[in-house]
Amino acid sequence: MRRALLAWVLAAFAAFAQAIAPLPFADRAEEERFQSLVQELRCLVCQNQNLADSDAGLAGDLRNEVFEMMRAGRSDGEIRTFMVERYGDFVLYRPPVKATTWLLWFGPGVVLLLAAGAIVRIARKRSKALPADAGGIEDLP
Amino acid sequence: MKHLGFVVPLVLFAGLALLLFAGLGKDTRLVPSPLIGKPAPAYDLPALNDPSQRIASSQFAGAPYVLNVWGSWCVECRNEHGTLTRFAERNLVPVIGLNWKDDGDDAKRWLAQFGDPYDAIPVDADGRVAIDYGVYGAPETFLVDAAGIIRFKHVGPLTPEIVERELVARIDAMGKGR
Repeated sequence: MRRALLAWVLAAFAAFAQAIAPLPFADRAEEERFQSLVQELRCLVCQNQNLADSDAGLAGDLRNEVFEMMRAGRSDGEIRTFMVERYGDFVLYRPPVKATTWLLWFGPGVVLLLAAGAIVRIARKRSKALPADAGGIEDLP
Repeated sequence: MKHLGFVVPLVLFAGLALLLFAGLGKDTRLVPSPLIGKPAPAYDLPALNDPSQRIASSQFAGAPYVLNVWGSWCVECRNEHGTLTRFAERNLVPVIGLNWKDDGDDAKRWLAQFGDPYDAIPVDADGRVAIDYGVYGAPETFLVDAAGIIRFKHVGPLTPEIVERELVARIDAMGKGR
């Protein structure tokens, strides 16, 4: 039963794999390097997909470009730079930390800290206010 | 102290509301090009009308020009075609039509049917040059100045307003159109 299910799940995924033309990888390591690269690059046409998952024409071209740059012996950093020079930081799913992205990287943390601070303050105020206002609060269930 | 407790969240909320309001109506699909202010990437491609001829980007150096990325498969290119033709007819600057990932015969038929506004049509069959230009969806229109620097890029169909505000105004400011 388990085996049948596994086979079924694998077959379902194989259908997706077929949608994207395979590249002639020399070995497993090269393929893994390629996959980890294209998974972090955004498809510009369908912006909520990465290059690995997208079936758009441009994504296919960019995958070929990445593959050929790998074959030409370029480093991961050089390949990312190639993409950023053309499409901007937006192609990176992990944008670099710099002045214009501070809000993006640290904004949520700051908001969390502010909210935590506010909660602490309110809780302290309430616990202080409680004895004095106890008469009023007793009405509550 | 009691007043402050009421003001702080209100100010925070107002700030957040302003931030979100500023984002309203913005097209999230528009990707700001990192190529603005940078030299237009060089290319040397076959010409659509005579593949034995080459068209090189260096041919247009020394004067401003407009580079329009199009394809016969591109619906929005058809929609902007009238606007682009009227702009080209004013003869302000050369208009180069980079034919992106197209079938040559389809492209020629498309131009025969709707008119050819271009001064030159380099063919980018495999899309390499378009990648150098950071193209991610046709039509895209670039304005390149006399020094070969990309000064403006528009993604999507041109409208008469965009032509006036972004292209003509900039070309006038350059003062070196033809």
